[in-house]
Amino acid sequence: MSKPKPKIQKEAVLMPKQGPKERSHNFNEVALGYTEEQVVAEAERCLQCPAATCVKGCPVEVDVPTFIKHLRERKFGEAVKKVKEKNSLPAICGRVCPQEEQCQAHCTLGKVGDPVSIGRLERFLADWERERGYEIPQKPASTGKKVAIIGAGPSGLTAAADLAKLGHEVVIFEALHKPGGVLVYGIPEFRLPKKIVEAEAGYVEKLGVTIKTNAMIGKLYTIKELLERFDAVYIGTGAGLPSFMGIPGENLCGIYSANEFLIRVNLMKAYVFPECATPISLGEKVAVIGGGNVAMDSARCALRLGAKEVKIVYRRSREEMPARAEEIANAEEEGIVFEFLTNPRKFVGNERKWIKAMECVRMRLGEPDASGRRRPIQIEGSEFIIDVDTVIIAVGRTPNPILQQTTEDLQVTKSGTIIVDESGKTSIEGVYAGGDIVTGEATVISAMGAGKKAAEAIHEYLMKKEEANNT
Amino acid sequence: MYKIVTKKELVPHINLFEFSTKEIAEKSKPGQFVILRINDEGERIPLTIAGADIKKGTITVVCHEVGKTTKQLASLNEEDCIQDLVGPLGKPAEIKKFGVVLCVGGGVMVAPLHFQAEAFHKADNRVIGIIGARTETQLIFENEMREVCDELYVATDDGTKGYKGVDFLKDLIKERKIDRVICVGPIIMMKTVSEFTRPYGIPTIVNLIPIMVDGMGMCGACRVTVSGKTMFACVDGPDFDGHKVDFEELTVRLKMYAPQEKAAFVFYGKDRRSL
Repeated sequence: MSKPKPKIQKEAVLMPKQGPKERSHNFNEVALGYTEEQVVAEAERCLQCPAATCVKGCPVEVDVPTFIKHLRERKFGEAVKKVKEKNSLPAICGRVCPQEEQCQAHCTLGKVGDPVSIGRLERFLADWERERGYEIPQKPASTGKKVAIIGAGPSGLTAAADLAKLGHEVVIFEALHKPGGVLVYGIPEFRLPKKIVEAEAGYVEKLGVTIKTNAMIGKLYTIKELLERFDAVYIGTGAGLPSFMGIPGENLCGIYSANEFLIRVNLMKAYVFPECATPISLGEKVAVIGGGNVAMDSARCALRLGAKEVKIVYRRSREEMPARAEEIANAEEEGIVFEFLTNPRKFVGNERKWIKAMECVRMRLGEPDASGRRRPIQIEGSEFIIDVDTVIIAVGRTPNPILQQTTEDLQVTKSGTIIVDESGKTSIEGVYAGGDIVTGEATVISAMGAGKKAAEAIHEYLMKKEEANNT
Repeated sequence: MYKIVTKKELVPHINLFEFSTKEIAEKSKPGQFVILRINDEGERIPLTIAGADIKKGTITVVCHEVGKTTKQLASLNEEDCIQDLVGPLGKPAEIKKFGVVLCVGGGVMVAPLHFQAEAFHKADNRVIGIIGARTETQLIFENEMREVCDELYVATDDGTKGYKGVDFLKDLIKERKIDRVICVGPIIMMKTVSEFTRPYGIPTIVNLIPIMVDGMGMCGACRVTVSGKTMFACVDGPDFDGHKVDFEELTVRLKMYAPQEKAAFVFYGKDRRSL
């Protein structure tokens, strides 16, 4: 068969997945990843367009066309090196980035068919490398400068990796007992296996970064104290404080914040209780309030833990849901039921103070609000009851206030986020911040992008200071 | 890893541990707590700090064997290590000169009460100590408390030592000029003492340790209602105004995992026998 110029393949190569019936009973990864043949076939679809618009859609500016070029020549080692020039956590990004809104949204092929599945290609390469053992770049000459990073989440790990590659001594202070932040406490095993987070955090350590767990900055050390020992500080503490709804009955037993539910299940492995000692108490009828990825994750965890009926209760309609389309589809396939345009008004308990029902109202959509989404308005007289025995509240997370409370000169907004300039610099000299602690709850990759930008700014600051000292 | 430097059985099923951790020791203040995890399969449990020795680089906790994790902790010995220890967490108690401070503690919590009483004593207060236990043989820290209190009263639930129950406090509170009450112990005790002081408007501070997971404001498991508002004991507390706490809700929420706790305990017993 001779094909001088292959036709454009409009359809992406599908990635094998565990079937919905099977997967809704286990915590194994849902998406199974491309085979070598599949990954090359998908890479072949790339048009290698000179404009490379995909790169502009990536918050860390991975050189997508070049890594795809290496990939389709089966030079996997070269390809992964290209990815890692910009992204130290590709196995994570390949799994949890909303590529459909980022690189893939800008793909030229997307105008005529499916965009290239850039995320799946990235995932393949990262897994390929991890299975063979990481190649550690040669250690750069030491600058003699020390940087403290607060929080070992996506933002902190990225900043740490970049700063270590530039020759700085980096220590990450992590409050929990494991590095990864939301990647270990929030995102479930079936979407992002914890051994992958462990491996990629391990890679960052191999670059020379020290990760100190069980270190709650603000309590164990203040930022001021860190500045006595380090030349610069990066704050990447994320948005870890759960929001509640502030409606009656919210403290009944059986009502969880999504954060608590997910921390128990993911970080503490409650799904293997009692072998792992942290319990979870789950009924048969579960309602998850909210429409974001955290709501999807909570609902799908509840299903896997054996709930008979899991409902997602969301006050707007499907179109306004902030969750990734892929995750909504996955949840639906698994049998999660969606109650759109519905909002709880009151939680009703039994005589033992356990949740037994939710009083809800139906909503309709009005004019767009500040977020650009249509504002939900309550329909009078539409009250109705949903019987539940477990409720998970996934209506958002806000910044943890401990650091702000213990750092006098740190300027913050009314909502508690830290104020920074374009480079990530805060109101205190030598202190930078980025990720959810600056933007409020957002994505893993945008937090990584902020970590990257701040690392550049910190490097520049340290080098300038050094120059000033030498003259 | 955090090494157990000292382990002492104070009374049956109540052990004192000193953990080696210079950095936590340097920062620990009365009223604060730590969260520990014994091993990779372990749960995170909060324990109130009962003392800190900066020179030795240790913190002290006293732990009552009540469930799986506390029993497992009790099975460890000096030189053994636990995997994780984080702290100090929570806001420190407000320590200053108030005048006469009544420090009331019950059960295992007499140990962290002592850490506070000692601080109030050093801050030039007249400290009246009240310590209680279920029965005489379960009473801890009597001598230690005597050293930092200007007066010390003992009470037991069954009357085997000192007063029977805490009702005698009613008269004491009525008759004496008391500027502040600190109460650390079982919920029923904190609630009762808060009711005793309410008519006199004596500021009464209770130290709450509800169920927690992270202990740093992330999960909200420890939410308590104070003055009708939801607070997180881990970051807003653990000290709260005893006159404003919803103790009923707290009692119910503390029992939320009772069936699971039992299952874990049974599993631990079986697991140990199979070793």
